[in-house]
Amino acid sequence: MIRDFFRLLTIDLSTGQSRISEMGGRDQVAGGSGLAAMLFEKFGLLDAPWNDPVQPLIFAIGPLTGFFPLMSKTVCAFKSPYHDQYAESHGGGRSALSLRLADYDALVITGKAQSPSAIVVGSRQIEIKDVHYLWGTDLQVAGKTLRRMFTGSGHRTILRIGPAGERQSPMACITADTYRHFGRLGGGAVMGAKNLKAIMIHGDGVMPLPEGKDYQRLFDKVFTNVTDTDMMRKYHNYGTPVNVAMLNEIKALPIRNLQATTDQGVAGISGERFAEKALLRNAACAGCPVGCIHIGFVRERFQEDNRYLYRQISYDHELIVTVGSMLGVMDCFEVLKLIDVAEKMGLDVLSPGIALAWATEALEKGIITEKETIVPLKFGDSAPYQAAIEHLAYGTNEFYQLLSQGTMKAVEKYGGGDFACVLGQEMAGYATGEVFFVSQALGLRHSHLDAGGYAYDQKPSGHSVEDAADFLLEDEKDRCFLTSMVACLFARGVYTDDVLADCLKSVGYPALAENMGDVAKEIQQLRWRMRIGSGFRPEQVSIPKRFTEITTWKGPVDRKYLEALKTLYGQRILEMASDSSARS
Amino acid sequence: MKALKTPRMERCIGCHSCSLACARLVHKRLSWDTAGIRIRSSGGLSTGFEARVCLACDPAPCVRDCPTGAYSQRKGGGVKVRLKLCIQCGNCAKTCPVDAIYLDFSGHPYVCIHCGRCVQYCPHDCIEHADIGGNSNGDEKDAPSGGEAH
Repeated sequence: MIRDFFRLLTIDLSTGQSRISEMGGRDQVAGGSGLAAMLFEKFGLLDAPWNDPVQPLIFAIGPLTGFFPLMSKTVCAFKSPYHDQYAESHGGGRSALSLRLADYDALVITGKAQSPSAIVVGSRQIEIKDVHYLWGTDLQVAGKTLRRMFTGSGHRTILRIGPAGERQSPMACITADTYRHFGRLGGGAVMGAKNLKAIMIHGDGVMPLPEGKDYQRLFDKVFTNVTDTDMMRKYHNYGTPVNVAMLNEIKALPIRNLQATTDQGVAGISGERFAEKALLRNAACAGCPVGCIHIGFVRERFQEDNRYLYRQISYDHELIVTVGSMLGVMDCFEVLKLIDVAEKMGLDVLSPGIALAWATEALEKGIITEKETIVPLKFGDSAPYQAAIEHLAYGTNEFYQLLSQGTMKAVEKYGGGDFACVLGQEMAGYATGEVFFVSQALGLRHSHLDAGGYAYDQKPSGHSVEDAADFLLEDEKDRCFLTSMVACLFARGVYTDDVLADCLKSVGYPALAENMGDVAKEIQQLRWRMRIGSGFRPEQVSIPKRFTEITTWKGPVDRKYLEALKTLYGQRILEMASDSSARS
Repeated sequence: MKALKTPRMERCIGCHSCSLACARLVHKRLSWDTAGIRIRSSGGLSTGFEARVCLACDPAPCVRDCPTGAYSQRKGGGVKVRLKLCIQCGNCAKTCPVDAIYLDFSGHPYVCIHCGRCVQYCPHDCIEHADIGGNSNGDEKDAPSGGEAH
């Protein structure tokens, strides 16, 4: 329903009570990222720990969700177990369209269930089901069982956690519909802390559309841009893994715990190699004709007599880097096996990859021994890493319990912080240089998608620290608005300001269309107020020495530039957020 | 006379663009369900997708079992529905052997009218608007068989 307010569903797992309410603010925060921050301000406790049952787990969509192609993402917000501060994580699959067609702008879950539970909601259904028998199941088993237990397959989303989330590891993700994730900063642990194994959202409602032909014409124009031009080809052809070889070529690919930035062996895990050898098919988020999800296969011989099983595993650039090149695993099928284990455990694949890369170097250096790692971690050797990922998920010993809290937690006990590849959280798959390192280290989501630092690094050199800081703040602001719509950021080239304004007008939000710049600024400030209010201090964020020891195509990383940019960007974030506080 | 066919569903990526197009263009709604073609995973996301759509039967069981004459046989296959005669009894959906008719919460039926407007939104040419009884209009070399029987 197109409306000038937000329609919320809040569910309190402690009492079993749910409530539908209306909330204003559409013209101020739009939806998605802005709505999630507004809801955290309303329901969250900045000073209470992340696992206090009162803390909300928020899923929010935007004013364009479902109405236009690639408006297919959901924003998940929570207080993160990783740093006990406000966090956002974004996911797709069917989650966004399901929420839209269940007729909720946001789902807010508070409280803690008495026993492991699942939430089932739709346009005419709100239930909390006891699923204690699913506690402990891996994601594959949980997904298949839930699908069978509850009718309505196809037009719903199933969000679920695995053993890592149940154990409340900050590396635990929330998996959406098998192949998509709210991956980073520990959303899975928040579900675990609430005794919540799964959330099913049925998109069984029907919404009216704008009358007249303007909306239909605009939809077709956007759809054509998405499908008939080269704008999106990168994402549906090789997908993001096309970056692997490209970054390797320019000496900007993280390899073997960032001991190197280029290696001939990377040819074995390039996007081209995956497409040639391991790509089985593609899939799409609901409402996106691009179909960027690349699904590979692994077949495994389990008996001598030619008995095989096969698995289907989605892959993309970040995953290939973190459990591939960063672990020295340069075979596409071995990478898929590692992704598969992490997926089943409900771990965000990126974090265990980077953590185990650190552990491998720590083992090499004698800082830790095999007593800690249990298995002989060695760059390039996939089998021990498969076992180690399970140890991380289950917290088999004290070492893995610490490491699964984040690499820096293990560093506090064992040392080795100089070579921990952590930028706020375990790094993403880019070693492009100073601007990206600062962007991820200080970014609100600690994501490569917070701002285009990796792209800025690849522009001709010579930009000042001031120019880079301005770029990061401005780019983040623009992206905030897109993630409040909620667009897939792959579509940022399609959804220019003019197109976004036209889209908003066509579905009945002229005020938002007229004030996009101011609203974006408001959203940016609100998100950072939540983050800073929950403890973020930029001066406390350090960028480990390893990031200054590498050489890219531009030459050695400039440590002075890096430190200056980190300091200035941190100051600019605080200034921007406090400016908002003064006005509000 | 043409009908909607789904000969290349093995290519489907589950984007639902066809269903959403039908709901948007034919029924003027944003909906997953109130559409003449609906996409479902065939046993979970790891096993691909199938289309729930009218197979253009002739004679059509839904026409036979409609008690009011709201459903009538479309020439060449498929049905025409006159909604003002519909009493929302649901017989059409019950009798359809391939679950092609969706009833909304009020019992209002949605079935493919074989207009073909969804076809252009499929990014992988899974579906086509083809002459009934004739050969596929698609590129046979590029489009191996394996779709639904007609």
